[in-house]
Amino acid sequence: MILNQEKNTRPEAGETHLKAALRRMRRDKAALAGTGIILLLCLMAATAPFVTPYDPFKQDFEVMLQAPSLDHPLGTDRYGRDVLTRIVYGCRYALIIGVAVVAIQLMVGMTLGLVAGFYGGWLETLIMRFTDVMLSIPSVVLAVAIAGFLGGGVQNVIIAVGAIGWRAYTRLVRAAVLSAKEETFVESARAVGCGDLRIVLRHILPYTLAPVIAYTSLAVAGAILWAAALSFLGLGAQPPTPEWGAMLADGREDMMDAWWIATFPGLAIMVTVLGFNFFGDALRNALDPKMKRAVRR
Amino acid sequence: MLKYALRRLLLLIPVLFIVTVLISSLIYFSPGDPVRVMLGLRAQPEAVARIRAELGLDQPYYIRYLKWLGNALQGNLGRSLQRNEKVSEMILERLPASLEMTFFAVVVALLLAVPIGVVSATREGGLTDNLLSLFSLFWVSMPGFWIAIIAIMIFSLYLGIFPISGRGGPLWDLEGLRYLALPGLILGIRQVAIISRLIRAGMLEILGEDYIRTARSKGLAERLVVYKHALRNAMIPTVTIFGLQIPEILSLSVIIETVFAWPGTGRLLVDAVLKRDYTLVQGIVLVYALLVILMNLAVDLLYAYIDPRIKHE
Repeated sequence: MILNQEKNTRPEAGETHLKAALRRMRRDKAALAGTGIILLLCLMAATAPFVTPYDPFKQDFEVMLQAPSLDHPLGTDRYGRDVLTRIVYGCRYALIIGVAVVAIQLMVGMTLGLVAGFYGGWLETLIMRFTDVMLSIPSVVLAVAIAGFLGGGVQNVIIAVGAIGWRAYTRLVRAAVLSAKEETFVESARAVGCGDLRIVLRHILPYTLAPVIAYTSLAVAGAILWAAALSFLGLGAQPPTPEWGAMLADGREDMMDAWWIATFPGLAIMVTVLGFNFFGDALRNALDPKMKRAVRR
Repeated sequence: MLKYALRRLLLLIPVLFIVTVLISSLIYFSPGDPVRVMLGLRAQPEAVARIRAELGLDQPYYIRYLKWLGNALQGNLGRSLQRNEKVSEMILERLPASLEMTFFAVVVALLLAVPIGVVSATREGGLTDNLLSLFSLFWVSMPGFWIAIIAIMIFSLYLGIFPISGRGGPLWDLEGLRYLALPGLILGIRQVAIISRLIRAGMLEILGEDYIRTARSKGLAERLVVYKHALRNAMIPTVTIFGLQIPEILSLSVIIETVFAWPGTGRLLVDAVLKRDYTLVQGIVLVYALLVILMNLAVDLLYAYIDPRIKHE
């Protein structure tokens, strides 16, 4: 009986909460800007070959280092490749890296956070101490070491950046689990004989989702930024991959006489990160109206 | 207070122990052979085997780790695999340059972030506040290495005000300051963008408190209310956040050092990683962890100074 009642009320309550959040987001200009940027990125990534007539890899020594013109709106690099084309194809790498990194962080971070918060005791101490120790190594130092030892490549960048970002999720989820455990619905679930796994997955996990979702968009922004930094240092995507960080490293060599090669990929990173930050901020405000006053822009 | 500091220093031991286990496992289980990098791909197998034995790389993982740990406890971090110099000496030689840049950035950050945060909070929702918010959001979204390159193109190549890269001398020397200005400012302003937001949020919360209304109603000048009553209380959460930002500052400094060819530990780390110089990487990671922990301790001790209610027992 109690279980039935819970089944009937929980999703509905969640729905209205979500609807209210969506309504709040529709009124937020920054949220709209962020959504627009993210949609545009997805569109460019999906339709890259149709957006631009050039090949991102094909070298053309007739048009080396050309300044922006009508033929090449953002100029060409020293191998005669069209910078705009490479930036458009770069959307694919940015999105894939951002999503894959956050997926790793979510899996590791949420699992550890759920276990630590739910079981408590020595297991919690162990997990949280381990998280603290990991936090004492600066992110880039750890990511550089991991990416470097695994060897370059997009895949290893994803692992390296994934390995540094899960710590925030562990703390976030653990805190949410601790407050969920105080709620009566957990108690009643236990009273009707639910097992640990069922309680965690069906009753506690949904409770932790709001802060996790709000943080995830910001985490994608961070992941894209750090992955580009690793590629820039030569530890990530390798040339001739049209990845924005690697393109910037390329352009740095020619910054004396071709400012456009290093400038535009950086601009692309900035717009992308800005989009996810806008969206994430708005999402956080929409999901948690109480916080709006404190962090309102 | 002293007791507290000592206990925190003792806590360093287990933390550093786990850091070293982590990093040496990472090194051990990663593909790639440093001896191959040293000798080249066409080296004779016998030569490779001999060097491996000389460096102790043929021994099992735990023996290599324990040997390294034993030496490290005596301050000997081993020798660089590529340069045959002492790792501890290489790090100590470059640490001052890194600390100098970090110190400069922290000073810039605090000098700018506090007034910006206060001004934003006292003019909440006004034009100044909105512009400052927008600025900080943009600045946080820009990759640090990109800002660095743009700054080099504008200020060094085009205007010729600052040198392109390198270090000119110590901080108190004008020439040294000219070299430090660009990288130091770029590192610092990013923190301004983050910290000023937090000071603003803290100030807004505190300006709504009862004791602020009391201070105002007894006729105190607004300036006194803001700076003496509100700011001091807003500094407490700010100091916490600042402590959390320390690893971030050091992180970004690794990248900035690389762009500006700054002779610090960050650039040394990137070089060492690219050359698979395992002992050197191990040493540098250890030093970074140590730096974070010590700086966090300093921040915690600072609490007691800002907030007399806190006593570290």
